[in-house]
Amino acid sequence: MQGSNSKAFPASARAALDDAVLQSALHNLKSGFPVRRAEVVADLPEFEALRDAGRDIKDHTLANLDAYLELYEERVTASGGQVHWARTAAEACDIVMRICNDAGARTVTKGKSMVAEEIGLNERLDASGIRRVETDLGEYIVQLRGETPSHIIVPAVHVTRQEIGATFREAHDGLDPDRSLDDPRAITDEARERLRADFFAAEVGITGANFLIAESGSSVIVTNEGNGDLTQTLARVHVVVASIEKLVPTAEDAMAILRLLARSATGQEASVYTTVSTGPRRPGDPDGPEAYHVVLVDNGRSALIGTGFQDMLRCIRCAACMNHCPVYGAVGGHAYGWVYPGPMGAVLTPSLIGIDHSSHLPNASTFCGRCEQVCPMRIPLTRMMRNYRAVAHERGLGSRRARLALTLWVLVASRPVLYRWAARAGAAALRVLAFGRGRLRRLPLAAGWTATRDLPTPEAGGTFMSRYRRGQQR
Amino acid sequence: MSTARAEILAGIRKALRRGPLAAAEQAALEDRIRRHDRHIIPERVNRSTGELVELFLAKAGEVATTLEEVDDNAGVAGAIAGYLARENLPARLVAAPAVREFGVDWDTVPTLEVRTGSANRDDGVAVTVGMAGIAETGTLLLVSGADTPTSLNFVPPHGIVLLRRGDIVGSWEDGWDLVRRSPLPRVVNFVTGPSRTGDIEQKIQIGVHGPVRLHVILVG
Ligand code: SF4
Repeated sequence: MQGSNSKAFPASARAALDDAVLQSALHNLKSGFPVRRAEVVADLPEFEALRDAGRDIKDHTLANLDAYLELYEERVTASGGQVHWARTAAEACDIVMRICNDAGARTVTKGKSMVAEEIGLNERLDASGIRRVETDLGEYIVQLRGETPSHIIVPAVHVTRQEIGATFREAHDGLDPDRSLDDPRAITDEARERLRADFFAAEVGITGANFLIAESGSSVIVTNEGNGDLTQTLARVHVVVASIEKLVPTAEDAMAILRLLARSATGQEASVYTTVSTGPRRPGDPDGPEAYHVVLVDNGRSALIGTGFQDMLRCIRCAACMNHCPVYGAVGGHAYGWVYPGPMGAVLTPSLIGIDHSSHLPNASTFCGRCEQVCPMRIPLTRMMRNYRAVAHERGLGSRRARLALTLWVLVASRPVLYRWAARAGAAALRVLAFGRGRLRRLPLAAGWTATRDLPTPEAGGTFMSRYRRGQQR
Repeated sequence: MSTARAEILAGIRKALRRGPLAAAEQAALEDRIRRHDRHIIPERVNRSTGELVELFLAKAGEVATTLEEVDDNAGVAGAIAGYLARENLPARLVAAPAVREFGVDWDTVPTLEVRTGSANRDDGVAVTVGMAGIAETGTLLLVSGADTPTSLNFVPPHGIVLLRRGDIVGSWEDGWDLVRRSPLPRVVNFVTGPSRTGDIEQKIQIGVHGPVRLHVILVG
């Protein structure tokens, strides 16, 4: 599956924990977004009710997705645009490549698009010899470094500004090699200057979409940098790559969800640019693309409808779940091994590439439930991770040790007499090991757990069952 | 029709355990679209017109948009020239044809070099016209058209937007109602402040690919 390395999660996670640079970057993330999100949410008393509305809008759309897609297509066509349907990642890439070739594209600018990453469009473009220019600053940094994004809204969250400075110095020739690139301002200015010419040179501009609106056949992008708008305004041909679940019926539906999106993502009340685009340049328009294409990508999504994982299709890619996740916060995005990290990735990756390729991901959770508390679309992320754990176990996908432990556990836990005896024996053993101190510094076979904390030992006085029975007799 | 299209639609119907919608159900969806009901509108926009202007000014200020007010059309050209002088910018700009609706008489500021049209790569300052200001979030509503080129909203590093005081509305939906009065333009931009990024160590930088500065001249 499309460059997936999700199977290596345990090893990648261990390496990430030892990476001091990554750890400091992740610390910034945890202290930044969650605080700002909490502030703007507190400023909008309607936020909780909007979460219900957002969930209901998406559920209604998904229950009628076939009909809304047809209406959407009809209206895109009426506005002079063209809709292309792609069942798979490969099919979607074929369509985009055909459009690029027909347009005689030599330079293609790209706005940030997670679905483009998902379908492997970057590799396809690069292999074709077309010059691909990522225009989102984070994506641009990641492209120059030959990496992939490690976060869905801040792709270069794992890179320090010193590293970015070094990357720019190497990539941008013709500039004073001794120039200062120490502060974010200088880096930003240099990127702005560099990309300017590309926006004007590109024959094709590719963007994603945060929403598609059935009512008008429009695509909506939400950005802060303005790169997406330059991409789609200045290129001769605008290609929107969007997955089918981005659809909502009306502009009002999109606006309700927009109130959730920026607040949940970056803690802004509104992102700087929300742009609704409908078709190509009109007669009399002084600018804008001459052609407008939408590539509708299924790639496994329709198969989720009607299953226990349908709720995942409500996701608006705000990243709140990963910004609040202790596991993401500890290991970062690359450890997850595929396009989508964090709790949403732990559910979406098995849904799209199969649990066989990603059986570790549903385990990348402490089940603390913070992701669900903040998910603006009320997606039951922990329930779905639990379901995937069960599926993985049924298919015999876990590690042999974990499977053996679970089998033993079932053996004991499903036999009450044996269980009570084992609990009594275990509690007594722990007390003996602790020499009556009440806590254990180290526990055989559980060094990983006790490395960072002590284990409190059970109090004297018996197990719950023995106390319960004593209480009943009284 | 492509087989991919047919297969995706068939796949969705199979997953939903039904065939194509019955005529009545289809009509209900189309009716939902025609009604385009609003969802929850934030309480904060339930206030008088005057207070909405206050809210717009406050919210736009929060996102680093700069603002100035002039009494009438006669003050616009001078305000623009004043902005350029204050910012130490060359007295040169590209203006949307729609600026003429404000009766701007460029001759009153003869030092100013004005071109009308869409933006070129080297333009430093753009002047365009906003359809509305949205108080809820301090957002400008800009639409594309023959008289309002979209490139002016994004290419030049300094963006100046002329807005009539009477065009300030409460919510995003109120703004969209204005858009709905005529056929939907190719592009509708909701702009909330100058461009920004947090991509470098999450330190907010104002001014990336879009305008570095956004200045609103409120007229009336
Ligand atoms: S799962 Fe929820 S919180 Fe996570 S990205 Fe999707 S919508 Fe946002």
